[in-house]
Amino acid sequence: MRPNREYKIEEIDLGDLLLNVLDRKNRGERISQICAAYVDGKYELSYSFIQDGLHRFTTLRVICDLDTEVPSITEIYPMAVFYENEMKELYGVNVKYISLDYNNKLYRIEKETPFLPKEKK
Amino acid sequence: MGKKSIVPFGPQHPVLPEPIHLDLVLEDEIVTNVIPSIGFIHRGLESLTEKKDYFEMVYVAERTCGICSFGHGMGYCEAVEEVMDVEIPDRAKYLRTIWMELSRLHSHLLWLGLLADGFGFESLFYQSWRIRERILDLIELTTGGRVIFSVNKVGGVLKDITPDMLKHILTELDQVEADVRVIEHTFLFDYSVQSRLKGVGVLSRKQVHMLGAVGPFARASGINIDMRSLGYEAYGDLDFEPIVSSDGDSYARCEVRIHEIYQSIDIIRQAISKIPEGELSVSVKGNVKGEHFVRIEQPRGEAIYYVKGTGKLYLDRLRIRTPTFANLPALVEMLKGCNYADVPILILTIDPCISCTER
Amino acid sequence: MAKVKRSPWVLHYDGSSCNGCDIEVLACLTPVYDAERFGIINTGDPLQADIFLITGGINSQNQPVVKQLYEQMSNPKVVVAVGTCACTGGIFKECYNIKGGVDTTIPVDIYVPGCAARPQSIIDGLVQAINLFEKRCDDYAYQLNAEGQ
Repeated sequence: MRPNREYKIEEIDLGDLLLNVLDRKNRGERISQICAAYVDGKYELSYSFIQDGLHRFTTLRVICDLDTEVPSITEIYPMAVFYENEMKELYGVNVKYISLDYNNKLYRIEKETPFLPKEKK
Repeated sequence: MGKKSIVPFGPQHPVLPEPIHLDLVLEDEIVTNVIPSIGFIHRGLESLTEKKDYFEMVYVAERTCGICSFGHGMGYCEAVEEVMDVEIPDRAKYLRTIWMELSRLHSHLLWLGLLADGFGFESLFYQSWRIRERILDLIELTTGGRVIFSVNKVGGVLKDITPDMLKHILTELDQVEADVRVIEHTFLFDYSVQSRLKGVGVLSRKQVHMLGAVGPFARASGINIDMRSLGYEAYGDLDFEPIVSSDGDSYARCEVRIHEIYQSIDIIRQAISKIPEGELSVSVKGNVKGEHFVRIEQPRGEAIYYVKGTGKLYLDRLRIRTPTFANLPALVEMLKGCNYADVPILILTIDPCISCTER
Repeated sequence: MAKVKRSPWVLHYDGSSCNGCDIEVLACLTPVYDAERFGIINTGDPLQADIFLITGGINSQNQPVVKQLYEQMSNPKVVVAVGTCACTGGIFKECYNIKGGVDTTIPVDIYVPGCAARPQSIIDGLVQAINLFEKRCDDYAYQLNAEGQ
């Protein structure tokens, strides 16, 4: 039995992000995790949602450039605040309008954006 | 309207062995706002993927946290196996299940002890930890380690549990169950304990859902989420029901965890009665190409492992989303409006694991 | 001084460890291993502590905390680094946020290796710390007397 096979990843444009997230909130799904990855000079942002009863796990995948402004979804899901601060601090994703913005002081690390390769800073 | 004052909590605080810092905004004795700041234990172990290959990363993943160390190793291995399309032998699945449940037992007993210490019941703390030592002895017997026991590898497990050991585990578990029944009575029916736990830090089902809490913390508020019901490893063959309570207060959280101890004992018994013979691991060759999310149920709740590789020996991205990270927003919400004296207890009731949270 | 040196109190701080050593330190104080038979009490107050027991490596954020706790402890004092991370940085040594072992920040007297350090070795380290502490107490008393004359 391989239950993990059912996991879906949907690629969407950055512009559709907020609408999609709002749509998922109206369906009663909750944020499972948000993370960033750096692939070939671009960010890959993953927003995962789960629907509790059905155990359905979907991930919205947004691919954007290093300096693109990413709107915060904390107005829709307040608990996303730590995930977004983490993305901003570790990867330098330009997340705008976070409800509680730690200004890169969540982990208070000395090295800036440690997850980016050196030449990209 | 009283005078506002800000009281710092932590990072070094008697109630928690781990450092977390909270700025509590108080109005008289009531907490009105909480600003958490984390990062005292941030190591950045996800970035070690650049320096260690995906076989070595198992040991790094296990050291995300010392309490749920086995689960982290297992989740990471599952994610890599899933990407590489490796099916591990059935015996390895059962062995992983048994060790996972032993970890859950030791974690929950540890938490019960810390909770007892939190409300000042020292002898109950000692009793819980005395029972926990029996579980640790079982872990040491089967793996050789006490808290970090590195028996996972990509493709299976490293050690076997012999039939003699399985028999010994069963007799020890009978004793553990009898011992827990004794302290359960004090935790659930002692009036001084009840006065510290009942009606304290209530979170409704809707609040918990919106704040995205996971694990026993969410189940105590009536949300039926238990990743074990997804049926990974051997859980699909075993019979159990998630334990859910509807009160949503500290007492319910304690109750849920105590019942989960009995549930874990039951799962181990079932697994031992059904464990098949066979190989312990399959050999894994090649590199990781692709990506996958894996969700498993840790003692503290749902943990997510994300692995991404582009056909190299070194992974491109490993992301571990730990249960306490998901529980933090709910903790902040729960602390608002509570009494200052209840803050340590309330922090304990989410079963915080700061090492997990900050990685 | 004679009474102090028989029952040194322990201050435990979790640097950036994975928790494994911390729960083993706590396990040392519980009935099975019972380090309290040596007169040790785990205290949360640095001003009353004599032995500083620290687990995990040092990062930029906990460095001032460790330094401050060390300075708040009264003389004489003994520092015990528990676990491989506290000794050298361990498996996390290559992480971007780890500076290394505890000795990068404060002087360490006793190193207890192990990942996670076993209760037996932690107790061994504590017993050595108690002996060292007694010796330091004597030296300190002698020094005070010499200054008094």
